[in-house]
Amino acid sequence: MAEFNTSISEKGDVNVINLKGYLDAHTAPALENNFTQLIENNKFKIVVNFQNLAYISSAGLGVFMAYIENIRENKGDIKLTNMSDKVFNIFDLLGFPLLYEIYKSEEEAINKFGAI
Amino acid sequence: MGNSIKNNLKEIKVSSKTENLSKIRDFVGANASTAGVSQSTVENIVLAVDEACTNIIKHAYKSSPDGEIIIQIEYDESRLTITIIDYGKSFEPERIPQPDLRKYYNERKVGGLGMYLMKSLMDDVKYTSIPGKYNQVLLSKNLRGS
Repeated sequence: MAEFNTSISEKGDVNVINLKGYLDAHTAPALENNFTQLIENNKFKIVVNFQNLAYISSAGLGVFMAYIENIRENKGDIKLTNMSDKVFNIFDLLGFPLLYEIYKSEEEAINKFGAI
Repeated sequence: MGNSIKNNLKEIKVSSKTENLSKIRDFVGANASTAGVSQSTVENIVLAVDEACTNIIKHAYKSSPDGEIIIQIEYDESRLTITIIDYGKSFEPERIPQPDLRKYYNERKVGGLGMYLMKSLMDDVKYTSIPGKYNQVLLSKNLRGS
């Protein structure tokens, strides 16, 4: 069974979702729950840290697509950080860098919210 | 005459549950590694097979967990081929449009990304569907120069 888990930490008014393990069609619902929960609590400034993510398939990429519109309509954003080359290449292949801001470090992504 | 030694075909059968995706990835990763390709090529093959099997679970079997998926892997010195067979609803790949990410973004639809990834990551993707009998996906990767 694929191991995947998430943790959420609050950094000021930004919420950081930390991903760990394998994000596929089986584990994507866990990440969907995180987004649903944050949106219900009106937390729209979200950074997703990929530091410990070993693997992603299109089912995982789909999660980011599913919530981004709602989040941006509420003046928030999903910013992505700390991707390995392997994971970035999959995002890149699908053209995600045009639609999402991707940063090297979590701090940089959090600061970008402040700069708006 | 080249010495085209065909490696033994390896096969795994699993039921159509998403929890089996990790088992499928482990099987493909372990066997593709023995073909002498780079680690990144192995990773690309593993992802392509995950996408094909995810599509089968969601679309051919409509998320019913009782379907059967058979995955076979074989290679010779020039080509690695993975054959994936299911007995679910037949599939018409020509009905799946090329994804337009902007459109997906606007319509919040993500279907079709998996197929696009498979085609990008592999050298050849072929579908055969015999309605009422079985569907077959052939994924191949050229090994020379990989």
